[in-house]
Amino acid sequence: MMYDENKIIPMIIIFVALVTFPLWYNLGKAAPKPDPKIDTPVIQALQNKQCIEPKAAMKTTHMKILDEWRNDVVRGDYSRQMTTADGRVFEKSLQNGCMKCHSNKTKFCDQCHNYMEVKPFCWDCHIAPKETN
Amino acid sequence: MNFISGIILSFITVLVLVFIPFFGMQVANLQFVFGVIIPYAAIVLFLVGVVGRLLLWSFSAVPFRIPTTAGQQKSLPWIKPNKIENPSSAAGVFGRMLLEILLFRSLFRNSTMEFREGPRVTYEWEKWLWLSAILFHYSFAVVLIRHLRFFTQPVPAFVTMLESLDAFMQTGIGPLPGLMLPGMYLSGIILLAAAGYLFLRRVYIPTVRYISLPTDYFPLFLILAIATTGILMRYLLKVDVVGVKELALGLATFHPVVPQGIGVLFYMHLFSVCCLFAYFPFSKLVHLGGVFLSPTRIMANNNRFVRHVNPWNYPVKVHTYDEYEEEFREKMVEAGIPVEKE
Ligand code: HEC
Ligand code: HEC
Ligand code: HEC
Ligand code: HEM
Repeated sequence: MMYDENKIIPMIIIFVALVTFPLWYNLGKAAPKPDPKIDTPVIQALQNKQCIEPKAAMKTTHMKILDEWRNDVVRGDYSRQMTTADGRVFEKSLQNGCMKCHSNKTKFCDQCHNYMEVKPFCWDCHIAPKETN
Repeated sequence: MNFISGIILSFITVLVLVFIPFFGMQVANLQFVFGVIIPYAAIVLFLVGVVGRLLLWSFSAVPFRIPTTAGQQKSLPWIKPNKIENPSSAAGVFGRMLLEILLFRSLFRNSTMEFREGPRVTYEWEKWLWLSAILFHYSFAVVLIRHLRFFTQPVPAFVTMLESLDAFMQTGIGPLPGLMLPGMYLSGIILLAAAGYLFLRRVYIPTVRYISLPTDYFPLFLILAIATTGILMRYLLKVDVVGVKELALGLATFHPVVPQGIGVLFYMHLFSVCCLFAYFPFSKLVHLGGVFLSPTRIMANNNRFVRHVNPWNYPVKVHTYDEYEEEFREKMVEAGIPVEKE
């Protein structure tokens, strides 16, 4: 025989509802995965369409590169240029580095960031490139 | 079991578990197994197991209210009762349960007894267990809620609010360049530190060491492994977080996908989490549900004014005094024994 079922059963229902929150919150609809576009004029003009590091590494560690650059420029060795292993030279800069090539912030950076709901506060101060649609 | 072998045994078990995906992925492409099948199996086991436990418990009778001596119980009108520590009403019980579940009231009462300065007993207010337990549980809860950002799209506002609160230190200007973006979440670090302390106290307090078993060390090590792989993943050995979200959303919407190239560290993290969830209902960790049914906390102390009938009492054949007197009245009167009805 069950005792206090008028309390236990609601408790079980609340528990199951909490644990399955992602299931009923999304209602089976898979959101489209982000599709960052690299079709900017600067990248189109590139000989070999490559980022600073290989794509897979950029995907996971681009924020660390930015952090290192910022540190170098602002309070490190004050060097404003870097050379990659394969001899390409880049400006250690958010606005004059990354955003020169990736001038389509809304179709590139924001694609992933909105999907992941990360809001880098960099743009409080740094100026995003002007985009023309 | 000797405590050292207990620690070693559970440590090795966790180590083996954490590295199963690492070697599994090298032998074969088992993304689908580790990314979809095992997580679904673990969550089903978790839900069915915990609900089963609750149902099982609900079949136990609670015939008697267990009074505890934490506060003055309700008695004579001129004695002030403690309505929360020794409640006589449902509202009081609710208050006591809130204190217990949200603030760990019973642990807060903890004290130690020691011999100090010769044969002299001292009782000391001992708060480290309470402090580490509350830090551990709250940071675990915060980490868990923050993880909803992988499982929801759009991410609900309470999750993003919690994220920005948790990362309020904005250690973007940390001492280690390249290590401090993305911002540091305090809860993850506190979780690791508190679980670490909870393990250390089992080792250095002799009385606690004496009662510690592998089943105490194992969940701690498992949680330490989960927190360690998670922190490594976020701050050092980065993984493809967008791929993780695709996988997690796929699980939540029943359209499972396994994006390529997430990184094996993620599967080690996920597999340890699955082990924790699958192990949960069969271990001491079910106190998650059990705390809501703690016998000494959940019942009002009303034995003095409500009759509680033991449900497994069989009907006892009684012979009341009235019936007794009815039967023996004449003999009693003869013997000079006073009777109630003449
Ligand atoms: C020389 C131009 C150039 C610069 C400067 C540059 N990128 Fe890129 N980036 C590219 C190209 C081209 C790709 C596409 C690479 C590929 O497909 O292999 C790319 C790819 C990426 C990707 C991966 C996108 C995806 O689809 O997964 C990220 C993230 C990224 N860049 C971020 C940055 C950041 C952050 C900076 C500044 C630190 C930066 N990039 C600087 C040209 C550039
Ligand atoms: C409070 C305002 C502020 C915020 C917020 C901010 N920065 Fe900066 N950042 C600056 C200033 C000022 C400089 C110095 C510019 C210079 O010396 O050329 C700078 C320089 C940099 C540089 C090197 C120089 C250059 O031209 O870009 C990088 C890289 C950089 N910031 C990245 C970031 C990133 C990434 C974030 C977000 C996580 C961020 N910053 C947030 C103000 C800010
Ligand atoms: C492939 C998807 C992708 C693209 C494209 C991308 N990012 Fe990111 N970025 C991420 C993810 C995912 C995170 C968060 C990682 C985490 O939370 O662990 C992130 C985090 C960051 C952070 C750290 C934010 C914080 O608050 O912790 C900065 C800064 C950043 N990205 C800058 C950029 C810039 C600038 C660009 C465009 C040039 C860009 N990213 C393009 C996926 C992307
Ligand atoms: C018991 C459940 C879990 C615990 C205790 C836990 C713990 C942690 C911790 C402490 C971190 C470090 C960063 C932080 O503080 O948030 C982390 C990161 C991470 N966890 Fe978990 N985790 C759990 C479940 C999961 C699950 C189910 C997934 C699968 C989607 C997952 C995926 C990740 C990923 C991808 C990161 C890296 C986050 C980033 O780079 O921003 N975790 N985890």
